[in-house]
Amino acid sequence: MLWPHKDLLCISQLTAAEILYVFQVARRFAEINTRPVKKVPTLKGKSVILFFVEPSTRTKTSFDIAGKRLSADTYSLAASSSSLRKGENLKDSALTLQAMHPDALVLRHHQSGASEFLARRLSCSVINAGDGWHAHPTQALLDGFTLSEVWGDDMAGKTVLIVGDIAHSRVARSDVLLFTALGARVRICAPRTLLPAGVRQWPVEVFSDLTEACNGVDAVVCLRLQLERQKAGLLPDLREYARTYGLGARHLSKANPGVLVMHPGPMNRGVEIDAALADAENSLILDQVSAGVATRMALLFLFLTRKDATDQGDARGDQVESPQPQSPSLQED
Amino acid sequence: MPGPDLIVRNVLWQDELVSLWIEQGVVQRLAPPDEPCSEGEQLHGGGALLLPGLIDAHVHLREPGFEYKEDIASGLEAAARGGFSAVLAMANTRPVNDSAAVTSFMRDRAAEAHPFGPRLHPVGALTKGLAGQELAPLAELAEAGCVAFSNDGLPVASPDLFRRAMEYASDLGLVVIDHCEDPVLAEGASMNEGRISGLLGLKGQPVVAESMQVARDILLAEYLDLPIHLAHISCRQSVELIRWAKARGVRVSAETCPHYLLWTEEMVQGYNTLAKVNPPLRTDDDVLALRQAVREGVIDILVTDHAPHADHEKEVPMDEAPNGISGLDTALSLSWKLVREGVLSPQDLCALWSARPGALFSLPVNRFQHGDPADFILFNPDLEWTVTPETLRSKGKNTPCLGQTLPGRVVAHGITGKILFHDVDAS
Repeated sequence: MLWPHKDLLCISQLTAAEILYVFQVARRFAEINTRPVKKVPTLKGKSVILFFVEPSTRTKTSFDIAGKRLSADTYSLAASSSSLRKGENLKDSALTLQAMHPDALVLRHHQSGASEFLARRLSCSVINAGDGWHAHPTQALLDGFTLSEVWGDDMAGKTVLIVGDIAHSRVARSDVLLFTALGARVRICAPRTLLPAGVRQWPVEVFSDLTEACNGVDAVVCLRLQLERQKAGLLPDLREYARTYGLGARHLSKANPGVLVMHPGPMNRGVEIDAALADAENSLILDQVSAGVATRMALLFLFLTRKDATDQGDARGDQVESPQPQSPSLQED
Repeated sequence: MPGPDLIVRNVLWQDELVSLWIEQGVVQRLAPPDEPCSEGEQLHGGGALLLPGLIDAHVHLREPGFEYKEDIASGLEAAARGGFSAVLAMANTRPVNDSAAVTSFMRDRAAEAHPFGPRLHPVGALTKGLAGQELAPLAELAEAGCVAFSNDGLPVASPDLFRRAMEYASDLGLVVIDHCEDPVLAEGASMNEGRISGLLGLKGQPVVAESMQVARDILLAEYLDLPIHLAHISCRQSVELIRWAKARGVRVSAETCPHYLLWTEEMVQGYNTLAKVNPPLRTDDDVLALRQAVREGVIDILVTDHAPHADHEKEVPMDEAPNGISGLDTALSLSWKLVREGVLSPQDLCALWSARPGALFSLPVNRFQHGDPADFILFNPDLEWTVTPETLRSKGKNTPCLGQTLPGRVVAHGITGKILFHDVDAS
């Protein structure tokens, strides 16, 4: 497949074939992560700026490791150490970074649409590492990849439940788009105060009763509950939330055999998920973290090598071919 | 009987070719187009539509305090080109227009920059500093020349204070204009609450944030038997409440803007900050309701809510962007789109943009009858223009119309018989 996209902003921009192609590439890169020497020269000479205006640990580390394992140079920049703190606006900060000629900018921002805003203004690739409540496409891709490792790529006939704060969750929005694109049925479950406007028009079934929602599902994605939701008046208190929407074994008794449990992290054990469930055999929570590195390696590869094709005036326009199975670029450095 | 100072020849008034005879700043009469007269200056209209000078009862001219967005000179220049002979300028300047000094400053600046008009009529703050805590000195403001009072932009949350403001303003014979928005329900919103806000992950403003305040104001107006004017109405629910109130005889009047009659929340897709406005653009159903309300007179007048901003202020992520669309340059062309779509007649336009706002705010209006102020525009509806930063006279280039081709141009503008401009080539 040829990779046609300059930026990764939202799952809605990807076709099902493109999503599966990312999985295919990720699968090949996952193998590198198991080698004694986990580094290949694939992206040597490429530079990636990790611009995390909103704090992040796991996503930033995951991108950082992914870039370094492909020999790209990665540079981390946080809002606290950038000119944003001195009052510079996002556009000027990003244009300043672009003037240093990175090949990609990975952006985490607390405002929805921030990645799209920059993508329209920058010539380098912009990869959305989470923007406000809007989208977290790389998380959705790694979630999908994690499940595809168990189920295979065809998710038709599978039912995935997402439970928790859907209204303020970029993970939920992206997961819904991805799982439905791959043919799965998606359910969401939350108190009405944590459901987004217009959710009845989403391609999902909506539940408010967790036990009912778990009936016949094949996987459950628990979302982190931000503790400030209580202060905002959306919840009475965390104890009540945990009692009503905290996933426990009693809920899963109605799920399909082999039901899988996922969480994008960081977890509040005992709030949105029972502590024992998080560590149980059917929990994929740590697999998601591993898959995150492989998926992000795949994405960096696809977006950064795409640029080579255009730079070289490739006759195919702005598209680039995928790595071949015997690609020398995957050999250890 | 003295002869005319100015004859505007060959213009179309209510489907008839006429000439407008003007004497000492007022209309003398409408005459047959070729009626000979050797006196006065002659202006050839070339068959353009003759319309009264428009009144925009809701603009933000930003001076004093935010001259980089707009100043009184540039705002009135945009008004003149847009066909407006008078504008009512809101009080959210810096300092706020809550004292006679600021009111006088605004009027002086207008007279200095545009001695022959358009006229600037300040709207005084309803509360000191627009803080919603204490009444502003309304009598002082009225004496200095304010024609109405409003906390526009920062609605008064306290029903008690708002009641007292209506009562106090009534003694001065001036109307209160309310920006209907429940500040708690609307807090932090970037767009309409609904399907698209849910998908974009933006905090939305529910329609009840507006309609609850509309209901409050209507009930207060009925209880007090006092007039209230409701600003920039945006949704069906508010329209239905206003229709109900009018049927009960409540002294309520209301305005909406061309953008609420033409565009929906779809305009915000792609995080388009140029379409970020308060109240937000709503849905197709709201547009339908507003169009019907305007036709029926449930909505009394059109206004621009002209809200100019600097480019860099809109070139930010959605949540950070200020609300507002720059509207003076484009309002008449957008209104003409509604005429073309059969929503309004040219007579409706005259009523919505001139006669009714004049009546509401006690301003002189030209009905082309003997003695009326000779405020008029010549409008060529066949002339199309493309909206670019260069074609806008306002400093604010923040309009979703950028790049669009719009119908109709004002080709001449006269205020009290003095010609502000006449584009001979365009007419």
